[in-house]
Amino acid sequence: MARRTSPARVAVFTALGWAVGFVVFFPILWMVLTSFKTELEAFRTPPSFLFFDWTLENYAIVQARSDYLRYAMNSIVLAGGSTLAALVFAIPAAWAMAFSPTERTRGTLLWMLSTKMMPPVGVLVPMYLLFRDFSLLDTHVGLIAVLALGNLPIVIWMLYTYFKEIPRDILEASRMDGASSWKEIVFVLTPMAVPGIASTILLNVILAWNEAFWTLNLSTIKAAPLTAFIASYSSPEGLFWAKLSAASTLAIAPILVLGWFSQRQLVRGLTFGAVK
Amino acid sequence: MATKKSTRIGRIAVAPSVILLFLWMIVPLGMTLYFSTQRYNLLNPDRSGFVGWLNYRAFLTNPGFTTALVNTLILVGAVLLITVVLGILIAVLLDQPIKGRGFVRLMVIAPFFIMPTVSALVWKNLLMHPVSGFFAWIMRSLGLTPVDWFTHHPLLSIILIVAWQWLPFATLILFTALQSLDLEQKEAAEMDGAGPFSYFFEMVLPHLARPITVVIMMETIFLLSVFAEILVTTQGGPGQQTTNIAFLVYAQALLNYNVGGASAGGIVAVVLANIVAFFLVRLVGKNLEA
Repeated sequence: MARRTSPARVAVFTALGWAVGFVVFFPILWMVLTSFKTELEAFRTPPSFLFFDWTLENYAIVQARSDYLRYAMNSIVLAGGSTLAALVFAIPAAWAMAFSPTERTRGTLLWMLSTKMMPPVGVLVPMYLLFRDFSLLDTHVGLIAVLALGNLPIVIWMLYTYFKEIPRDILEASRMDGASSWKEIVFVLTPMAVPGIASTILLNVILAWNEAFWTLNLSTIKAAPLTAFIASYSSPEGLFWAKLSAASTLAIAPILVLGWFSQRQLVRGLTFGAVK
Repeated sequence: MATKKSTRIGRIAVAPSVILLFLWMIVPLGMTLYFSTQRYNLLNPDRSGFVGWLNYRAFLTNPGFTTALVNTLILVGAVLLITVVLGILIAVLLDQPIKGRGFVRLMVIAPFFIMPTVSALVWKNLLMHPVSGFFAWIMRSLGLTPVDWFTHHPLLSIILIVAWQWLPFATLILFTALQSLDLEQKEAAEMDGAGPFSYFFEMVLPHLARPITVVIMMETIFLLSVFAEILVTTQGGPGQQTTNIAFLVYAQALLNYNVGGASAGGIVAVVLANIVAFFLVRLVGKNLEA
């Protein structure tokens, strides 16, 4: 770095950077703080920042609600299930397109991308009716299928960009050694593909966890995930801020941590490889 | 390097995904098209039959449609403007020598991982509440009258919430692109004695042109379908002030049970999105060849 990094310059930009970061992060911080207040304290003005009686009662109350665990479990089942389902179809497809591309590969990839462009409201009516007629409303299977299909294009694209980066020389070398296709896949390529697959899983879990169109419209109680649980706090005004905050903190914490670990993959996955 | 055998295996490997995506796209869309030409109300299932363009005419001439279209465009346009402008500024800032940059970055991208229902409710209650919200407290401390956000500026309130959710996306992508700006180019620019402003407008902005386009396209796709934020805060109101196309279709379908009308609205939404998608696919496609 030959840039003029005088201490003054560093100090100014550091202060500015931290200030901006703090402002952007503040709503989340405020929510977490509020979750440790009593309802009375949460509603009080002027608000107290750190000097209040910290309490865990909101978490206890949220956990004690018999249905909280079910919503959380549903989120895990839906995010995990849809990711797994998408991978089962995406890995072979991305693999084939990356390693034995044909003249149609490019068109296929772009077409897959274009399916992601369809706004969900465009098919809300038939999906709702299909779900009703096949008794899929409020079931795990139905939502897992919808979430998996919704994310399948992103998963294929992301895996494709990773698989493309696996050096070809290695393939050729193992072929020279007379390795069969199967051996090639199991012993040579799979270990190299694992990081890419892991990143794809992370991104897909995040997207599925936060999905709030199909989960809100196609589930009510039995299969409803945390997005719906939080939405149920929308009616009663005030009075429940601390509990809302506690429930929200629990709902976002695991995914926020995952997200922080996968920043870079996020860029790649959400721009379909256009920005790396 | 593709042999005949590997091509055949390749087809078999790709086929399931293609078939599934094809069905996922064509079956519901075909049904939407079909319903959109039918008189079909779940509350009144006896009256049915082909009505031609009637649902479209009803949907498009409904004054609610114009409002929803305008709201959709304002929402998309305003959020794009806020996120792109602030995104550029923050990305450039993050590119400066900052102590603890990694941590600042974590704070800046955090909102993107918050589920929409949480962001919307936390903003609406904890921050924007006219009496006990955090913003109200700031306003009062400054000697100003607190704003009753959701009563007097409902659409602006939604815009602020959605912009906060998407700001990290713009920032992260622009920052990633900025870091690929060649260090030598940066140094050369400094050697030439280029001031920070001419450096920004002559070097940085042109370099960001493509990523900015990507951000605009990707955000547009998602912003056209903003739904949960509206559902949990305003339900499209007061009146129709925060109803966008997505919410209008939802209201027609699941609140009025008007399958025909909602389907026509759905097709309109698809057409809108396709206009955007057309350009996006082109852009990404170009990149694929490079």
